[in-house]
Amino acid sequence: MSTGAERRTPAPPPAAWETYPVFPKAAKIELQLTEQRKNLRHATGTIRAKRLDRASEVPNWEDLRTAAAAIKDRVARHLDEYLVEAERTLTEAGVTVHWASTADEANAIVADIAVAKGVDEVVKIKSMVTQELDLNEYLEKRGIAAWETDLAELIVQLGHDLPSHILVPAIHRNRSEVREIFVEEMGRYGTPAPEGISDDPHELTQAARAHLRAKFLRAKMAVSGGNFIVADTGTLVIVESEGNGRMCLTLPETLVSIVGIEKVLPTVEDLEVFLKLLPRSSTGERMNPYTSMWSGVTPGDGPQDLHVILLDNGRTRVLSDPTGRAALRCIRCSACLNICPVYERVGGHAYGSPYPGPIGAILNPQLHGMGSERDRALPFASTLCGACNDVCLVRIPFTDILVHLRHLAVEHKTAKHPTVEQGIMKTAAWVLSDGKHLEKAQLATRAAGRVLGDRPLGPMPVPLAGRWLRARDVDAPPTETFRQWWKKHEQERKES
Amino acid sequence: MTVPTAAPPTVGTPGLGKRVALFATCINDTMMPGAPAATVKLLERLGCTVEFPRAQTCCGQILTNTGYFTEALGTVTSYVKAFSDYDYIVAPSGSCIASVRHQHPMLARHAGDAGLEKVSTEVVGRSYELSEFLVDVLGVVDVGAYFPHRVTYHPSCHSVRLAKIGDRPYRLLEAVRGIDLVTLPHADECCGFGGTFSLKNPDVSVAMASDKARHVRSTNCEYLIGADNACLLNIGGILDRQRSGITTIHLAEVLAMTEKDAS
Repeated sequence: MSTGAERRTPAPPPAAWETYPVFPKAAKIELQLTEQRKNLRHATGTIRAKRLDRASEVPNWEDLRTAAAAIKDRVARHLDEYLVEAERTLTEAGVTVHWASTADEANAIVADIAVAKGVDEVVKIKSMVTQELDLNEYLEKRGIAAWETDLAELIVQLGHDLPSHILVPAIHRNRSEVREIFVEEMGRYGTPAPEGISDDPHELTQAARAHLRAKFLRAKMAVSGGNFIVADTGTLVIVESEGNGRMCLTLPETLVSIVGIEKVLPTVEDLEVFLKLLPRSSTGERMNPYTSMWSGVTPGDGPQDLHVILLDNGRTRVLSDPTGRAALRCIRCSACLNICPVYERVGGHAYGSPYPGPIGAILNPQLHGMGSERDRALPFASTLCGACNDVCLVRIPFTDILVHLRHLAVEHKTAKHPTVEQGIMKTAAWVLSDGKHLEKAQLATRAAGRVLGDRPLGPMPVPLAGRWLRARDVDAPPTETFRQWWKKHEQERKES
Repeated sequence: MTVPTAAPPTVGTPGLGKRVALFATCINDTMMPGAPAATVKLLERLGCTVEFPRAQTCCGQILTNTGYFTEALGTVTSYVKAFSDYDYIVAPSGSCIASVRHQHPMLARHAGDAGLEKVSTEVVGRSYELSEFLVDVLGVVDVGAYFPHRVTYHPSCHSVRLAKIGDRPYRLLEAVRGIDLVTLPHADECCGFGGTFSLKNPDVSVAMASDKARHVRSTNCEYLIGADNACLLNIGGILDRQRSGITTIHLAEVLAMTEKDAS
């Protein structure tokens, strides 16, 4: 480990994921960022519309979604077999296969390879799994600089920021903010932005291109994730838009790919379904510009030392839950983020994880368990409006899983001692278990109605109801319930 | 006010011979009795025999969706007790109907009660949201209603995505005499209520409700119509605080209104 040495890469913000407040508090902070809210509204609205266009032009779209869900469920049922098959085919193709059960294990494997190769910097393809592992910071501590080469990840890294979206990590930034980051930071870490650069997207991408080109040409080692592993051929698949991935996959001598164990697919025929769905659902394109597929080492062509790290890091925990395991179908298309009304308003950071939005709300508490307050709050970060159910290309039943996880969170909270909320819910349970009980409770609401009269209820400093009345006026409860109206109505019916 | 030009509606009584149990839902029963009362009026006008089993309470989703499965089980048994004798159970709420359909059998299964799961599955299978019952069972779109106002309609998430009532409310509203039905921008976006979500995440909830209220106001309507009173309570709360002058009204209340009521 390097001690006391200066950092090589831009430092992330002091408030890293672990120190983020729980969702309701974090959301309150994010909601106040008016520029970010505008950026998010614009970006999610644009992607939503594009996705809808591209999905609706595929006549068998709904059948493809069903097929994708079925393939992923088959993989989950026989994961042990497909993984062993993938290990065999990869090894036969000349790839060194590693297994990692935790983030620490996976990070150490990457760093050890770099040390063994004698390299002190790596170029990176945009990868969610390395965000999950916080690989960059681990490598930094071991004296290895990790350079993000995806444009949006570059913006996040140079901006001393954290990603706020799975597919478009800098979704919360607009182009004038990007210009400021480039002008301020690029020169400190490599080729500077040209003098007098404007916020024109073309100029900005040219600056990124020049900045990254130097790093590509120098790099001896690359680190990637992986969208899919085809088990029967030992093929890795990465889909991307910018071509930076293709540079990382072909130029360096050594390539290390970290892949979650749920990413395996049985055959190339299965891959076909996903390559049809993924670009349309994620970027709203008919086809993504670059699809890279490689099956082991080809002498004299591309990286000669290939490694694959098969990562668990909580995935087998998810797999063990019959209701929750559908979350492992996810192929990170991000459609659920773009459609989510909660995500659209608060952005990704409030979820306290690189996996935000509906998928983050069901994945994080399952990957980590219910131990932390932050993870327990996530299943409640949804109105259960169900927009994610309808848009998900692998048909994850989000709302069912959210409700299931809410139950697990309650069980966890009430396991040791009763809570106030539990007391309220038990009272409600008694009231709602029998019509006679409800009628008794209505005596109280009618009495309140008589006292309050016709005045609407406005802001008042009372617990719980005060949260509602802060922004809303509500009529006082009526003095006549429906039950009483019905009694009169029945009487009138008899008489007429 | 628009003078009605059409002849008095003759929609008939397609409900004759149909015995219908009304599931009022707890929030309507206690807080907004106008919607179930209007449902009774409407269904009786169409010829149905309406009954109100007093043993009924609530769909229980406030408990279920907050994670209290064991506590919610009482609503599964009370629903079965109240409604097992009926062929048609009708509620003026897509959210409550979606909850009983999807969550009651799940709750019984979770409690390990296979007998309750079986009988619950049967009873919830005979449960209809009001517009489903009108269009699918009675086969009517024109219910003879008269409502001469500029209105817009908020299609609640649970009605559309979980109960899957589709465009039935629009078809019913389009047949209402005198109505000026204006499209609500961003109609399919959630209003931010979400039950206990509005208490656990009050800031996000208000942000969503305020956006919804803004879209409603942009239509220059007199009435915001909905098929779920919980959503209307949320959006209406914001509209009232803003002194917008827009009144929220349940779909059942609009459909129950006739030219006789207006005169």
